[in-house]
Amino acid sequence: MSAVQSKPNRFQHERILVCRTRRVTVAAVRCGSLIALLVLTACQGVLDPQGPVGEADKTILIDSLAIMLAIVVPTIIATLGFAWWYRSSNTKAAYRPNFVYSGQLELIVWAIPLLTIMLLGGVAWVSSHDLDPANPLPSKQPPLTVQVVSLDWKWLFIYPDQHVGSVNQLVIPAGVPVHFELTSASVMNAFFIPQLGSMIYTMNGMRTQLNLSADAPGDFPGLSSHYSGDGFSTMHFDVKAVPAEQFTAWVNATRQTGSTLTQQSYPDLAKQSLSVAPFTYRDVAPDLFQKIVSQALPPGPGPVNEVSAGANSRAGQ
Amino acid sequence: MLGKLTWAAIPFDQPIPLFAGAIVGVILLAILIYIALKGWIPYLWREWITSVDHKRIGVMYIFLAGVMLLRGFSDAIMMRSQQALAFHSEGYLPPDHYDQIFSAHGTLMIFFVAMPFVIGLMNVVVPLQLGVRDVAFPTLNSVSFWLTATGALLVNVSLVVGEFARTGWLPFPPLSELRYSPGVGVDYYLWSLQISGVGTLLTGVNFVTTILKIHAPGMTYMRMPVFCWTALAANLLIVAAFPILTATLAMLILDRYLGFHFFTNDAGGNLMIFMNLIWAWGHPEVYILILPAFGVFSEVVSTFSRKPLFGYRSMVIATMAICIIAFMVWLHHFFTMGAGADVNAVFGIASMIIAVPTGVKIYNWLFTMYGGRIVYATPMLWSIGFMITFIIGGMTGVLFAVPPADFLLHNSLFLVAHFHNVIIGGVLFGAFAGYTFWFPKAFGFRLHEGLGKAAFWCWFIGFYLAFVPLYVLGLLGMTRRMQHYDVPAWHPWTLVAFVGAVAILVGIIFQIAQLVVSFRHREELRDLTGDPWDGRSLEWSTASPPPAFNFAVLPNVEGGDAYWTIKQRVLEQQTLAAEPEYEDIEVPRNSATGFICAFFATFMGFALIWYIWWLVAVGFVGAFVTFVAFAWRDRTEDVIPADEVARIDRINRSARSAALAQMQPAE
Repeated sequence: MSAVQSKPNRFQHERILVCRTRRVTVAAVRCGSLIALLVLTACQGVLDPQGPVGEADKTILIDSLAIMLAIVVPTIIATLGFAWWYRSSNTKAAYRPNFVYSGQLELIVWAIPLLTIMLLGGVAWVSSHDLDPANPLPSKQPPLTVQVVSLDWKWLFIYPDQHVGSVNQLVIPAGVPVHFELTSASVMNAFFIPQLGSMIYTMNGMRTQLNLSADAPGDFPGLSSHYSGDGFSTMHFDVKAVPAEQFTAWVNATRQTGSTLTQQSYPDLAKQSLSVAPFTYRDVAPDLFQKIVSQALPPGPGPVNEVSAGANSRAGQ
Repeated sequence: MLGKLTWAAIPFDQPIPLFAGAIVGVILLAILIYIALKGWIPYLWREWITSVDHKRIGVMYIFLAGVMLLRGFSDAIMMRSQQALAFHSEGYLPPDHYDQIFSAHGTLMIFFVAMPFVIGLMNVVVPLQLGVRDVAFPTLNSVSFWLTATGALLVNVSLVVGEFARTGWLPFPPLSELRYSPGVGVDYYLWSLQISGVGTLLTGVNFVTTILKIHAPGMTYMRMPVFCWTALAANLLIVAAFPILTATLAMLILDRYLGFHFFTNDAGGNLMIFMNLIWAWGHPEVYILILPAFGVFSEVVSTFSRKPLFGYRSMVIATMAICIIAFMVWLHHFFTMGAGADVNAVFGIASMIIAVPTGVKIYNWLFTMYGGRIVYATPMLWSIGFMITFIIGGMTGVLFAVPPADFLLHNSLFLVAHFHNVIIGGVLFGAFAGYTFWFPKAFGFRLHEGLGKAAFWCWFIGFYLAFVPLYVLGLLGMTRRMQHYDVPAWHPWTLVAFVGAVAILVGIIFQIAQLVVSFRHREELRDLTGDPWDGRSLEWSTASPPPAFNFAVLPNVEGGDAYWTIKQRVLEQQTLAAEPEYEDIEVPRNSATGFICAFFATFMGFALIWYIWWLVAVGFVGAFVTFVAFAWRDRTEDVIPADEVARIDRINRSARSAALAQMQPAE
């Protein structure tokens, strides 16, 4: 603005502009990298994948974003540029009140988003086939099967081949693909370990599938990513990826202690409860998961007065 | 006698809703007493409550939206402060209260802020832009408004009597079924939306009819302003989509009230049906909101760039393309259901295709500015703020259409950031642009520019401060609707987001101040000619505020930008067109049908929620009898005599003649 009013000579004007631009660019780059750094180094997010699925999901995420940024950034700059240059006080800007149609421009205007979407559509098609949650992961090792049941408000993990189970704690061998079969014993939830990749819904009466794997031993947070009622925020679980031999040791140790989960003890577990500390079952009835899916076992009973006091007991009864 | 309703329904143990409810109650009571003491009730009854004038109804819609925005924003700032505090702690809102707050926030903002705001703008503007005297069914229009108000009232009653849903703004079963939500919260949700949904559907029928059938002479479809086209598309979507919502909610009602098993856990119920149906309505709903906003921006960008809209035909094609594709993309709301690669890919690509016409619109606004003389009035600021914000929001939206990206970000705060990015940056900015742009038309004086600009900058900066952190939090794995959390990396970002909410609060305070200041200085801000912005379409060819009959003589339309053409001719000839021959004008008669009908509907809804069956019967019969009485009416129209029309029109003509003397024709 000052450049227009005080009219410095052209050279000065350009220098000012260049300096200013450089300063702004440097600041923007610094700012941007700082934010990126904060995001990337802050662990446990989806940008810090620890397994092949998470890694592939993240690549698709970044690539799609890059494809779109290629037209989004110029469009934003053009918007700001046009808006500024054609301000009514700028006498240098040409006024073209009759510029209302241009066949060539229209062609470009339709072509740019169309071409971008064709490219991105290809990415979507290929990646959704490659990364379908039901796809088995390529590996020389046979997958470990884990059955997952979301309950109000905790997670039950059943290891059908090992006959053990655990609540709010998932132990898996690192480097071995894990095949999850999931269902819900009450309301809908979503099973999500951000660092290992894809989430999937758990739904009553239905069985979903998911294949994940951890590259190396480590602890990763897991959570429900679909709102499921008052206890939803407490519905997280620990994922421990351990070396294969340690996993065998854990299974053996688990078989020695704890109680058993049977059709008779299951209804107790199905009751609503909050912030349940992780524990294990030394034995789980072999067809329990199937009975929950087929609803041979009744669905979770829902609220009882002591759990959801307050509004509910006020209004409901 | 009172069904489930007992004293236990009042939350005596919860100070926050009780105090909030009490304060709102006291304020309302004080306002009512003030109005009664001032003797304004007959005026309000005659001129507003029973009015069937589309402009008055539009203003009432927008007033409702504004009041509900305050309520919805209170919820928002409570959520942001809860999340800022609830790191390693329970915060100050227990889950059963927090869950009601985010459910109410979403419900209010979509159904009782965004919807009434865009419907209000359509009401005020569409008949004027078409150059006609009213909508097709004026009394039905009043019924629509009052039924919407009933829905809003019921949602707010739940604050004090009973509870609101704790299921999120879409009540996904089985959580919303009787087994998991035995309280009245979900019933409040269901009946408020069923009642207001009837109103919305009637609006859709009304406006589709109006736009397709009622035009000034010469106003062909391809001469209609783009706002009329977007209003047509939005109302076609309403007519097609809202019955799906009504049917879906009716099924949930049958489950809850009569033991049906559409969506229950047992007896063959299936929640996937609900998911599909609700989004078959829900995705078109997004376009019902955004399309009229696109229309507002088209009008504003063109007016303040001093140019006709670039690529009018493209704009129309893009609008109608969005209208159709909107129905083919619903499944992208649940890619994580595990439907399979083919299904996900097809719906992903379909969702991306909708970005093409949307992108075209952005470029057309861009080229409208190209070669323009842009005047930075407040509506233009909202429009440019929109273009930048919406491009970003559109981009993150397309990102969600790539299934593997959705697998990482679905239901995360990244998603929350995305849809606020398009709803605040698109719908709300559009609503505010339209509000500032057409305010002088509705009231005869402009809004204060300085305060308007201050409000814009607070909203704009506040939006980024509040929602960029949510994008980051989504990438950090934080899911939505968390009442508390223990992850240290999330905490700083929730604090920044809270600061953003405070900035938006300042913006809202500026908007209220703007209204008050503008009202007090209305004489200085007076719009004498009816054309304060040097406008292009027919609404600017009549006085501000327009007389009850809108146009003394229906304008003759000879091209696009109808009023601009007329104005240029007048400027060249330096004289107004010759005074027309005035004739008697019939205007629809005021009717209390809408208000009385909604009065009974309110009791019926309340009684259904609380199982007070005798009152349900009374409400239903009352509403029905009102309709029958209306159908039996003898006189449907009042006549404004030609002399009176002439007197009113001459005032405006003399103002325009005076202004003409000072104007030059455009280049």
